Amino acid sequence: MSQVPSELRYTQDHEWARDNGDGTLTVGITDHAQEALGDLVFVEVPEPGREVAVGEACAVVESVKAASDIFSPLAGTVTEVNAALADAPERINEDPYGEGWIFKLVPADASAFAGLLDPDAYAALLDDE
Amino acid sequence: MLIQEISHPGRRASAQAPLSRAEVGDLPAHLRRASPPALPEVSELQAVRHYTRLSQKNFSIDTHFYPLGSCTMKYNPRACHSLASLPGFLARHPLAPVTHGQGILACLHELQELLGEVTGMHAVSLAPAAGAQGEFAGVAMIRAYHEARGDRGRTEILVPDAAHGTNPASAAMCGFKVREIPTGADGDLDLEALRAALGPQTAGIMLTNPSTIGVFDRRIGAVAEAVHAAGGLLYYDGANLNAILGQVRPGDMGFDVIHMNLHKTFATPHGGGGPGAGPVGVSARLEPFLPLPLVTREGQDYRWLEEADRPHSIGRLTAFGGNIGILLRAYIYARLVGREGMKRIADYASLNANYLFKRLIAAGFEPAYGQRRASHEFILTLRREAKATGVNAMDFAKRLLDYGFHAPTTYFPLLVPECLLIEPTETETPEELDSFVAAMTAIRAEAETDPERVKGAPHSLPVRRLDDVRAAREPDLAWKGSPAHG
Repeated sequence: MSQVPSELRYTQDHEWARDNGDGTLTVGITDHAQEALGDLVFVEVPEPGREVAVGEACAVVESVKAASDIFSPLAGTVTEVNAALADAPERINEDPYGEGWIFKLVPADASAFAGLLDPDAYAALLDDE
Repeated sequence: MLIQEISHPGRRASAQAPLSRAEVGDLPAHLRRASPPALPEVSELQAVRHYTRLSQKNFSIDTHFYPLGSCTMKYNPRACHSLASLPGFLARHPLAPVTHGQGILACLHELQELLGEVTGMHAVSLAPAAGAQGEFAGVAMIRAYHEARGDRGRTEILVPDAAHGTNPASAAMCGFKVREIPTGADGDLDLEALRAALGPQTAGIMLTNPSTIGVFDRRIGAVAEAVHAAGGLLYYDGANLNAILGQVRPGDMGFDVIHMNLHKTFATPHGGGGPGAGPVGVSARLEPFLPLPLVTREGQDYRWLEEADRPHSIGRLTAFGGNIGILLRAYIYARLVGREGMKRIADYASLNANYLFKRLIAAGFEPAYGQRRASHEFILTLRREAKATGVNAMDFAKRLLDYGFHAPTTYFPLLVPECLLIEPTETETPEELDSFVAAMTAIRAEAETDPERVKGAPHSLPVRRLDDVRAAREPDLAWKGSPAHG
């Protein structure tokens, strides 16, 4: 059973978002997503400063099985990216909620965070799959 | 073993070409080689043995059942090869005048005609040298069509998530934005989602029918009507044409452009075994944009149609006339099977797929779309096996090699977890299909009693399980001679 940390929010597309408490969110893919994709071999992160719409494809993760778009969970501006993933995409497999974070975002509307899936709703989604 | 590893300094085969060096004085000094290339130095016999041994290690359609879904790995009749190798075909120089190549042009013209007839398209170009190039040409024609009408706001191509995997790439290569359309639970395209996505920005839709789910979209008529009403065009990916050959024609379903994979449906060598061919067929309104060259018949004579004849063409995709050696094989294949045979190909491709599907379900494997009849291929999901034993679809695929079967397509389409996409084709016997079921059943029993044996497969092949993760993360693509080998 994959991990669903209780302090995070989630999307239908198996991304997670953490409220850093300083006006930024950190975004990554869930334990379930990394498990389903298998060993990652390439990650493309967005440009810092890029404005993204909700649901906009803004990063790519590629495994030996498949390449998948990462969709922004909320609208906002990308402030920081995890450059270490370029040389070490396996960090997402090893630590999807920590070292494997993908980008940070200042949301256009901070209250939208509460509209993402809570851990129970995401766990229920996984049970349905 | 690499041939470089048996290299011995100074060893030579007898010369196959003049040894004198070409004058390269007009090349800038920094672009010239300072030392000779590190070619292997072996005798002719060593080279022959090396490559003969490698060829004996191949898994190929000539040696093994090859149920690679969406690839149509059918038998390539020897007659096609021997006839296409006649010296009159083989020795013709591409720059020879057309008066010296009327026979080849007649064959190509007839191939254009019969491909148009069997797909219901108005005109066909044989120029694209592979399926991907056919797709590119097809989408480029959609673009040219809208541009010629001054209709420049059409920036989007719709692609169902059950389409052939290359479709979004082809659309993006032609500068379109790709919008994905979901598939319903029954395997048909989600019509409501399609209607919501259509608009004045829609250039067209790329469909594979039957789809990569292995089912025929029953509402294709409604799809065509909706897309045409929005001003878009319909593109047919011919990846799965084998399933419907001689039964129903893409042109009659409302498609405006189609590419055909001759190396699939028309039995030419495929998959490392030879170059491809991806002819495109179009409806009348797209004919001016067909890629060049085309072959036309004027009275008793044949000639190429070129830029002066077709100023609106999207242009050329290859030098000369495409992969003519492959086109000839497809032509001979089509003439061997004939009109009646075309229909029988689809009959038996579907019969074999459904027989194998039913046998595997009866053996306890889980179908991904069990409520639907398979077309020419079908999907199993091994999620139950993976959950219960830890042995996944990739492990099954690798273990099948030990049992003497090429693996089916794995993990595609992406919609289905732990999937195997299985396409037996019409050229297999029931006995062969039965032995595949027996192998799958035996592997499942092994997964329950000795999962490590399956996870470590293959055990009996010259190469064991490859580290595909390291190969992707640290690709090592060039031979670097070690000091011992110079």
